[in-house]
Amino acid sequence: MAEIVRLASAGTLESSDVYVEIEPWDEGIELQLESVVKGQFGGAIESAVRATLAECGVERARLTVSDRGALECVIRARVETAVLRGRGES
Amino acid sequence: MRRSMLFLPGNTPNMLVNGPYLGADALILDLEDAVAPSEKDAARLLVRSAIRDMDFRGCEIIVRINSIDTSFWQADIDAILPQRPDLILLPKSGSAQDILTADEYITRTEERLGMAPNTVRLMPLIETALGVENAFAIASASPRVAALFLGAEDLTADLRCQRTKEGREIEYARTRLVTAARAAGVDVYDTPFTDVNDDAGIRTDAACAKALGFTGKASISPRHVEVINQVFSPTMKEIDYAYEVMDAIRLAKEQGRGAIALRGKMIDAPIVNRAQQTIAAARELGLGREDAQ
Amino acid sequence: MSTKVVKSIREAIALTGLRDGMTVSFHHHLRNGDYVLNMVMEQIADLGIRDLTVNASSLFDAHQPLADHIRNHVVTGVLTDYMAAGLGREISRGLLERPVEFRTHGGRPSDIASGRTPVDVAFIAAPSADPMGNCSGKYGKSACGSLGYAAADAMYAKKVVVITDGLVPYPLLDWSIPEIYVDYVVEVEAIGNPAGIVSGTTRITRDPVGLVMASYAARVIEHSGLLEDGFSFQTGAGGASLAAASFLKDIMLSKGVKGSFGLGGITGYMVDMLRAGCFQSLLDVQCFDLQAVESLRTDPRHQEISALHYASPTMRSAVVDSLDVVILGATEIDTDFNVNVHTDSNGYIMGGSGGHSDTAAGAKLAMIIAPMFRARLPIVTDRVTCVSTPGRDIDVLVTQGGIAVNPKNGVLAQRLKDAGLPVLDIHELKAKAEAITGAPKALPKGDRVVAEVISRDGETLDRIYAVPEL
Repeated sequence: MAEIVRLASAGTLESSDVYVEIEPWDEGIELQLESVVKGQFGGAIESAVRATLAECGVERARLTVSDRGALECVIRARVETAVLRGRGES
Repeated sequence: MRRSMLFLPGNTPNMLVNGPYLGADALILDLEDAVAPSEKDAARLLVRSAIRDMDFRGCEIIVRINSIDTSFWQADIDAILPQRPDLILLPKSGSAQDILTADEYITRTEERLGMAPNTVRLMPLIETALGVENAFAIASASPRVAALFLGAEDLTADLRCQRTKEGREIEYARTRLVTAARAAGVDVYDTPFTDVNDDAGIRTDAACAKALGFTGKASISPRHVEVINQVFSPTMKEIDYAYEVMDAIRLAKEQGRGAIALRGKMIDAPIVNRAQQTIAAARELGLGREDAQ
Repeated sequence: MSTKVVKSIREAIALTGLRDGMTVSFHHHLRNGDYVLNMVMEQIADLGIRDLTVNASSLFDAHQPLADHIRNHVVTGVLTDYMAAGLGREISRGLLERPVEFRTHGGRPSDIASGRTPVDVAFIAAPSADPMGNCSGKYGKSACGSLGYAAADAMYAKKVVVITDGLVPYPLLDWSIPEIYVDYVVEVEAIGNPAGIVSGTTRITRDPVGLVMASYAARVIEHSGLLEDGFSFQTGAGGASLAAASFLKDIMLSKGVKGSFGLGGITGYMVDMLRAGCFQSLLDVQCFDLQAVESLRTDPRHQEISALHYASPTMRSAVVDSLDVVILGATEIDTDFNVNVHTDSNGYIMGGSGGHSDTAAGAKLAMIIAPMFRARLPIVTDRVTCVSTPGRDIDVLVTQGGIAVNPKNGVLAQRLKDAGLPVLDIHELKAKAEAITGAPKALPKGDRVVAEVISRDGETLDRIYAVPEL
């Protein structure tokens, strides 16, 4: 699986969107989450991010996720876009 | 029934999420003009995820991919086709060859995915002078083509004329497209009306399109959807007439008569056809006879 | 010629005899443009007076300096009908020891009149006044229109100070508050920033979802059985509410319905409806834009009313008792139709009842307009974070995804169904929203009460708790 080789981002800080930054990391997944609905959906957001990373085969990365109330399908799309960009694939 | 088609920008989650509630029969998720070149990848994945995971409440899903003279369109099809949108809207369709190029790639992708042939239909967007002149060839280039779509903004730029509210400059293109589409046996959709705040203007423009024979009309503003739906819905008068036609046919059959007249006018196959379409539309709107209480 | 004019706010405060532990009051007609509350509190603090209770009809973000006065114990009690998010957040973090008392726009003047919440000194910002204290909101550079929320303060406070930036020769005619209640008059450079007092024009929403809801709302009214000659109506100044009024106007004109009165906070849209013949009069407790101010000043059919007259539950009657339909907002609504307008979904104070529960209680049809979900938070919950208006007073919830009718109003549900509107059970609506957003996790409640919500009948309706750090 291709590694994250560069700092990349995807998404926006508009309502219903999420801004994801990804960068190379030595070991495991390091995830920083900030969300307007952290209390209600913090766990769900983190699971969606981690599941998407696993589906993309990302094992090492550092992510900063700033959520503005995005639905799960939006979170998944933004994380995947960030991964492809971080691999230099798009 | 597809009266109204609403454009939604493909990279704006807030619009996509609320799209199903805006009253449109079909949603056009846009990967082309509404998305900056640097965000094409993001929009493609967002639209893919939205179609895959969201409930669009019965709205038809149309995806406008990028035109075949860009480097994006094949990746668009790769990402979108597995989600089985109802239609792909192909911008800048100028010739039968353009359709064949897209059709070939879609066919290969369908095969690769194990989908039945022509699962995803194609709607060429005619928005160049060449496209207008080739309209019939485009409409009949492939059985995948389900409808033609007139895009007047780019067309008027190509014609080097001003786009006006009255639309004199696109009269020819409108009648040409309706004729070509009907000759090829496909539907045909009218260009959006672009003044979001002109409530009277949209009604006039939609009524004009209906009078010319268009199946429905696209919109870039949710505010126009309701008017378009009203204009392109059959009227109660049309529905009543359609039932009268069908009753007359039934009666004639029972009596073993060949020629059928209604209100002094001969009923021929096109009239019957039309009556059947009207009744089908009425049923979808809950205005059919068996729906009425 | 006699005069009540004194040379400064400081002097007026001294003359009123204001002491530690007393209550001062303010109105909110200058909304987020108000300078008066801050100017007065600064002088009070400077005079070393402490332990005051502030009774303000509403508090806006412009009143943020109040937080410092609370920290310094100049202010130890707050009574209000509405608190904007800035100050609300600090209160929700536990800024004030004594819980804030939230009342309604009807309950507040009622409690002032009855002496339940007596006011020692009322400071009344007035866009125009004469030296004896006759004052009005209709004239002057800071014109705000109606002064309805200040009337009870003027009538029942022990001392009344009018603060104006539009001093005119005696007598000012067409007053809102007459000199008989006023003790002192102070002239200042500016009582507020006109840009924050009234909007130039209030515009209807361009948000597509808002328009869909507004269209449903207008059709609910059309088919409610109430839209006939003599119809009366109130709507908020929010985008979707205004759009609903605009759609309703089209329906009334096409059906030739001649309404009786429009009520409330008045906007240009209501003025348009008056001029178009939808209503015979407007009853105005608060102007929201310049068009409303202009109309109140010039059109005799547009009548200023006091908050007591608007909504008091203890007067012999109030206008809300004669209201047919009111359109209201919500941050949350639960499956028992209880509505929250005090806090956001995280529990932070960001609003208040204002006239919400007064009009809901009075109107024959109380309608909530709200989106099915905001960002990822469904509007319908099992239990609202705070009960601002009890569900028994709410008839219908309109969202873009369907219309839920309170089961107590079965007739309405049937009428709307017959009209082909998408009526569904509120539990169904909740399930539909959660299918889209996922089910939100309930948040832990703090253990300290930071505010008390007092119903218009004077009972504790709910308590608002400090928001624990996540």
